[in-house]
Amino acid sequence: MELEGNSEPTILEMRSITKEFPGVKALDEVSLTVKVGEIHAICGENGAGKSTLMKVLSGVYPFGTYAGDIVYQGKTVKFRDIKQSEADGIVIIHQELALIPLLSITENLFLGNEPTKRGVIDWVSAQKMARDLLARVGLSDDPDTLIKDIGVGKQQLVEIAKALHKSVKLLILDEPTAALNESDSQHLLDLLRGLKGRGITSIIISHKLNEIEAIADEITIIRDGKAIETLNVRDDGVDEDRIIRGMVGRTLENRFPPRIGDVGEVLFEVKNWNVRHPLVADRMVVKNSSFTVRRGEVVGFAGLMGAGRTELAMSIFGRSYGVFQSGALFKDGKEIKVTNVQDAIDNGIAYVSEDRKALGLNLLDDIKRSVVSAKLSKISKGSVVDKVEEYQASERYRKSLRIKTPTVYEGVNKLSGGNQQKVVLAKWMFTDPDILILDEPTRGIDVGAKTEIYGIIRDLAAQGKGVIMISSELPELLGVSDRIYTIFEGAITNEMSADEADPETLMKSMTSTEKRAPKL
Amino acid sequence: MSETATRAPEKSGGIRELRKLFAGGGRQYGILGALVFIIVFFQIFTDGKTLDPINLINLINGNAYVLVLAIGMVMVIVAGHIDLSVGSVAAFVGIVVAQVMKGLSFPGLPEGMSSFLTVFIGIIVGLIIGALVGAWQGWWVAYVGVPAFIVTLAGMLLFRGANQFVGNSTSIPVPQEFKFIGGGFLNDFGPDFGFSNPTLILGALVVVAVIWQERRSRVAQRKMGADIAPLWVSIVRLVVVLAVVVGATLLFATGRVGTSFPIAGIILGVLVLGYSFLTNNTTIGRHIFAVGGNWRAAELSGVNIRKVNFFVMANMSVIAALAGMIWIARSAASGPGDGVGWELDAISAVFIGGAAVSGGIGTVAGSIIGGLVIAVLNNGLQLLSVGADRVQMIKGLVLLIAVGVDVYSKRQGRPSIIGLLTRKRGGELDVSPGAKPAGTQTPTPSAGGAEETVRPPDQQPRG
Repeated sequence: MELEGNSEPTILEMRSITKEFPGVKALDEVSLTVKVGEIHAICGENGAGKSTLMKVLSGVYPFGTYAGDIVYQGKTVKFRDIKQSEADGIVIIHQELALIPLLSITENLFLGNEPTKRGVIDWVSAQKMARDLLARVGLSDDPDTLIKDIGVGKQQLVEIAKALHKSVKLLILDEPTAALNESDSQHLLDLLRGLKGRGITSIIISHKLNEIEAIADEITIIRDGKAIETLNVRDDGVDEDRIIRGMVGRTLENRFPPRIGDVGEVLFEVKNWNVRHPLVADRMVVKNSSFTVRRGEVVGFAGLMGAGRTELAMSIFGRSYGVFQSGALFKDGKEIKVTNVQDAIDNGIAYVSEDRKALGLNLLDDIKRSVVSAKLSKISKGSVVDKVEEYQASERYRKSLRIKTPTVYEGVNKLSGGNQQKVVLAKWMFTDPDILILDEPTRGIDVGAKTEIYGIIRDLAAQGKGVIMISSELPELLGVSDRIYTIFEGAITNEMSADEADPETLMKSMTSTEKRAPKL
Repeated sequence: MSETATRAPEKSGGIRELRKLFAGGGRQYGILGALVFIIVFFQIFTDGKTLDPINLINLINGNAYVLVLAIGMVMVIVAGHIDLSVGSVAAFVGIVVAQVMKGLSFPGLPEGMSSFLTVFIGIIVGLIIGALVGAWQGWWVAYVGVPAFIVTLAGMLLFRGANQFVGNSTSIPVPQEFKFIGGGFLNDFGPDFGFSNPTLILGALVVVAVIWQERRSRVAQRKMGADIAPLWVSIVRLVVVLAVVVGATLLFATGRVGTSFPIAGIILGVLVLGYSFLTNNTTIGRHIFAVGGNWRAAELSGVNIRKVNFFVMANMSVIAALAGMIWIARSAASGPGDGVGWELDAISAVFIGGAAVSGGIGTVAGSIIGGLVIAVLNNGLQLLSVGADRVQMIKGLVLLIAVGVDVYSKRQGRPSIIGLLTRKRGGELDVSPGAKPAGTQTPTPSAGGAEETVRPPDQQPRG
């Protein structure tokens, strides 16, 4: 087997790739070998480093910003941008499709690559080539159709047709089926098999383990920025459970604070919560979800990207997302009306967004003004802000949360991710909330700051507040929460206490609709 | 972000103290330097005509309307919008006010009373119409969601036409008594020392206010436990500011007999103080900056974005109404060509004064200084008999270079070259014009026009 493995020609070898972001080692000596003509899957939790690895490969992160070598078709390559990697036949199709909705299929197919005759676009041959390319991916639509008028599944195929036009040799697909329904997914996977038959190598990143099991020849598992193992699907007898074990099978380090304080009576309850997509009328993003939070309790929400966790949280927080359909909120047993953010704040609900730069902070502001920004009334007389109180309040949080900054006059854009996150936490703690919803509170921050944030979360619970923590990192959920809900495709699929939960059960409930009876 | 990493190291010693001298930082001080430079330049090349009392009074009266507009415009721009209709709105309000005052007469009343009532009613009507126009435009922007550019472009046509409709495309004179708000002076009284007494009193009031402000700010700094600037810094700053105030007072007090600091200048001063306070010290002011800086974050912090947008647009039209009235008072009549191009002057003033095109950054004080740069430039070039053609070309270049230098230095990850001395902020309880700009935002690499081009690639490793 060893010999056989070595004799098969490889198209790509990434050797000891290390990529660091300020404060975070996203990739740590990752090596990846892809054989010619195979479908190679990359699996890992959110944030494990899969997309980063592909961005290194395709030149999004140019040569020089990472350490390690990339050997492609026998040559060491140093891509400076995505144009260069494309010229060598490496095409990456991102999760968010790079198509222009108001242009036609043809126009999109040849964007930046238009067939010309004496400097003028040759639409006749473009049309002909477009039909040809569409046929190769099994599409029979009129090439003049606008992209916005075809479904996501077909858009995905147009992306692949575009890659074929660039004479792709190595096709990288990042979560290609995440937004597709069952039959579109099936069609896409069949197409990938067809491409394989024509000698095109594919790398596929996916959370849908059943699909990977069905289509991949080899699977490389990445965890915490390290390549853990590469499995051969046929020879190693790989199944979903085996993949999950690889993805989550790390030991929990001793970086979680002890659970102190007692869990009290039910503080907050969500009943039969239904929310539909803001634009698509028949798509429900939160389906009949009910859950409770007790005083002094940290409740974890586990789910994969796009499962509807953030949508659930934001819709509770003053209907900030989607179109509210039905459901009720109860605090201390009494129903509360929360129709906008101000209502939510007045009722003691706080929401710390997963995207602190886009939704959590005004990056032009300084620390002290950011800290008080969600409840100015607390330090204002009439509508005049008392700047001394503002300073004192922000200074208090600077000390208690240990925000690393010379003064609170510093702009928040100068802070590291972890310290920015502390400012956001301070901003919401300043509103004196009873219920805090923390959406990915440790995303993109370094390990040390993470530990500090866990401490803050447990402190809040010890003060008798109810904390809802949404996270993609299972160890963090298991280490910090008292109780965990799993959510899949907008519905709550399981509930378990953190003591009886383990990564594998969680991952199963996060990847299947099958509803289990909640354990009591 | 590489920009933050390559930030200049903290200066120590003398430079830091110097920065504290004008603590509060921001680009305005760079622009203030440019203003001083321009004044000195013209003072030399016009043989002292620039700082002549009569010229200064002309300068204030002739530009008060632009400076007033700039106050409203900076709030619109900070909130992330633009208002192209201010010139037309000003002209429309002007003609209605002129028409109303022309039609008013109070036969039973004594002469003085009658004209007072006429002027009073005229001003009230003007402000109400401004508020109605503002509510109209604010509604479209905030509640319907039409971009302000479009709403006010429509308003520009609409109210220009309305001006000509009301005035039948002709000029309407305004009563003699109305002229005081645009070209009037404080009445002299008391013994004659060869100075205008009301101007001296006004100057003395400002001196007291400046000293009181400095003291208050030191007290607040102490309470806030911030590193307090040494006493000598405060004293030097006071001496500089007071010297300017006293100098200006003496200049304005020694003009032609019968003149004083102009009424339009007093109106302007009151507005600057009021709106600096509003933008810097009140919740609505905070909300304007929050919406302009990141409206989605503001929304998730409980800010009612629609209210904020409605307020800035409505407020702008009220201010435009005021500017229109100051203008017709000065020119003694309202005509169909009033207010043409004012929006561009006001917008230039705001951007020269350090506001960011993308919103979230800008100050009232900075915009006034920006407006004064344009005004002094206009005035000085006229004194040098430079033709209107070349004046326009020079003004265009000044706008381009002022903003260009700023964008360039931000992209280099440096603070603005001209704002280099003034990056750190200290205590800021101050609203007096000479002392402290309002709502100061530290210049940031991601701010302003450079934002779109230098945004670094996705920082978050996501799998």
